[in-house]
Amino acid sequence: MTGPTATSTLATEVVGKPALNFTIFAFFVAVTLVIAISVARKNDSATDYYAGGRTFTGLQNGVATTGDYLSAATFLGTPGLIAIYGFDGILYAVGFIVGWLLVLLLVAEPFRNTGRYTMGDVLNLRLKAPSVRAAAALSTLMVCLFYLLAQMAGAGILVSLLLGVSSSAGQDAVVAVVGILMIFYVLVGGMKATTWVQIVKATVLLAGTAVTTIWLLSRAGFSLPALLHHAAASSGSGTAVLSPGLEYGVNAVSKLDLISLALALVLGTAGLPHILMRLYTVPDAREARRSVTWTIWLVGPFYLCTFVLGFGAMWLVGGKHIHSAPGGSNSAVPLLADKLGGTVLFGIMAAVAFATILAVVAGLTITASASFAHDVYAGVLRRGEAEPADEVRVARITAAAVGIVAVIGGIAAKGINVAFLVGLAFAIAAAANLPSILYSLFWPRFTARGALWSIYGGLVSSIVLIIFSPVFSGQRKPLGGTSSSLITDPHINFAFFPLNNPGIVAIPLAFFLGWLGTVTDRQPADSARFARMQVRALTGVGAERGGRS
Amino acid sequence: MTLFQSRQGSATGTVAPQAGRGNAGGYEAVRASRDFWTIKRRFGSFVGPACAFFICWYFLFVIIAVFAPDFMRVTVLGPVNVALCFGVLQFASTFAIAVTYRRWARRRLDPLADRLRHRLEGGRGQ
Repeated sequence: MTGPTATSTLATEVVGKPALNFTIFAFFVAVTLVIAISVARKNDSATDYYAGGRTFTGLQNGVATTGDYLSAATFLGTPGLIAIYGFDGILYAVGFIVGWLLVLLLVAEPFRNTGRYTMGDVLNLRLKAPSVRAAAALSTLMVCLFYLLAQMAGAGILVSLLLGVSSSAGQDAVVAVVGILMIFYVLVGGMKATTWVQIVKATVLLAGTAVTTIWLLSRAGFSLPALLHHAAASSGSGTAVLSPGLEYGVNAVSKLDLISLALALVLGTAGLPHILMRLYTVPDAREARRSVTWTIWLVGPFYLCTFVLGFGAMWLVGGKHIHSAPGGSNSAVPLLADKLGGTVLFGIMAAVAFATILAVVAGLTITASASFAHDVYAGVLRRGEAEPADEVRVARITAAAVGIVAVIGGIAAKGINVAFLVGLAFAIAAAANLPSILYSLFWPRFTARGALWSIYGGLVSSIVLIIFSPVFSGQRKPLGGTSSSLITDPHINFAFFPLNNPGIVAIPLAFFLGWLGTVTDRQPADSARFARMQVRALTGVGAERGGRS
Repeated sequence: MTLFQSRQGSATGTVAPQAGRGNAGGYEAVRASRDFWTIKRRFGSFVGPACAFFICWYFLFVIIAVFAPDFMRVTVLGPVNVALCFGVLQFASTFAIAVTYRRWARRRLDPLADRLRHRLEGGRGQ
C-alpha cells in the first residue's frame, strides 16, 4: 500500500459518509451563528468590539482561551506526530503546556493592568512612542498571519479527508467558505461573538477528545501499559517509539533543531497576540489570573489525552497507514475515531476539527484587526484622537481584509505541515513580542530605542532565518512527506540556515538587541513613567475595569 | 503615605488609563511607600525562583531527551520508561506551580494591592 493506491482506497473506505460529517459540522455552524447574532446587539463601542465589554468571567475566558490556543495544528498535529514518531511527538505537547506558566507568572496580570486592548497599549504606556506602537502592531500582524496560514493550510488538508472533496477547486471553495463564515462572526459579533464561538468550540473539542480517549482506553482494558505495549508492538520500531530520538535524534543538527523548537514553544505562548488579547475580556487582573489557571487545567489534561490518542493511533491505525493517508500525520485522530466508533465518531471528530479551525481563525482575525485599527489607525495615524466609532469601523474593514488574505494564503499554502507553521509562529511571537513586553514591565532602564531594536530585530531575524531554512527550500521529502519545503523543486536550494525553527538564534538575539539598544541610547529612561507602569502593573490602579459601568 | 490617607474619597469606578500623566508624582510616592516595597519584594521572591525553576526543569527534560536518550530508555514498569514518567512529571509540576501561585497571590499579594489601589484612586479624588 503505497502512494496513490493507498490514498484512493482510503478515500473510498473511510470517507464513506461525508454527508453525515457535513451535517454535524453544519449543526455546529448553525449553533454558533445563532449565538453570534444574539450577542451582537450591543456592539458599537470599542470596548464591546475589542474586549466583549470586559464582562466575561475567569472561567468563561479560561475556556475561551483554551479554544483559542488549541488549534487544528495541536488537535490533529500533536497526536499525529506521536503516532508516527512516538516519544518525540510528546516533546511538542510538553512545550505547549509548560509555556503557560510564563503567561501566568510574569505576563497575565501586569499586562491586563497596563493595557486596554493590545500589546501596543502596554508598550505605549511605558515608552510613549508612536514608532514603538507601530512596531508592536506590525509584529502582531505578522504572528497572526503565520498562525492564520497554518490554520487555513490545515483546513485545505482536512477537506479532502473529511468531506470527501478531492478536487482542488472543491477544496479551495471550502477554504473560502471557512473564511467567509469567520469574517461574518467577527464583523457581526466582535469579541463577544468570537469568545462564545471559542467557548462552544472548546467544550466540543474537550468533550470529543475525552470520549475518544475513554473509548480507546476501554479497548486496552483501561490499562495504559497495555496500550503502550500494543502501540510499540505494531509500530515497526518496537519500544524505540517510547523513548526520544526517532524524529530528532538523527544528527547534531536535528538535535539542535529540537532545542530551538523547545525554546520557541516555551517562550512563544506568552507572546501570542490572540492569547494576550483575551486577557482584556475579563473585568480585572484577578479574573485574568483565574482564567489563565483555568486554561492550564483544561489544556493540560487535553495534551495528556493526546499522548493516549497518539499511541492509540499507532496501535490501531498504524504509522504506515497514517503516512499514506491524505493529510499525512494530521489524519491520525480522524482515522483513529473511524477505527473506534465508525462513521458517527469519525463525523463528530471531523466536525470538531472544522470548528477548531473556524474558531481559531476568528480569534486571530479579530486580534489582527484590533492591532491595525487601535494601534496603527487610532494610535499612530490619528495620534490617539480618532472617534471610537471610526476606529471600530476601521477594525471591521481590516477584519474583512485579513479574512480575504487568509483565504488566499490558505489556498496557496495547502499541503504544508501545519505543526511546523505553528512552530514558526511561536518563534516569531517569542522573538518579536516577548522581549519588549518583559523589558517594559520589569526593566527600569528600558527605552523606546531598545524596544524598536528588539521588535524589529526579532521579527526580521526570525523571518529571514525561516526563508533561508529547509522549511522554505531544498529539503528532500522524508518518508511520508510530512515536512516538505515550501518550494518543492529540489533543485532550488537556498537553505543556508540548517534548522527548521529559528528560535535558538532569533530569541536570544532579540533580547540582546533590546538590551543593546537601551544601553547605547543617549536619552535616559523616563523614571516617572516606569514608576507609573510598575505601580499599575502590581496594584491595578487605573486599569480599565469591566462589569461595573 | 499620609498624603493619601487624608483624602480617601469614594473609590472611583472606571479610570481611563490614558489619564494620569499629571499624577506621576502620586505614583512616585506610592512606589516609595513601604507597602509597595513589600508587594514588589514578595512578587519578586515568588515569581523569580518559580520561573527559574520551571525553565531549568523543562530544559533539563529536553536536554536529557536530546543528549542522553539511553537514560530515558531505562524501564520503570513494563513498557513505561523514564522518558514517559519525565514527560508526565512536567505536567504535574506545571499544575502544582499554577495552583500554588494562585493560592499564594490571593493570600500575599491581593490584600496589599487592594490597599494601595484604594489609596491611590481615592487620593485622586474625582
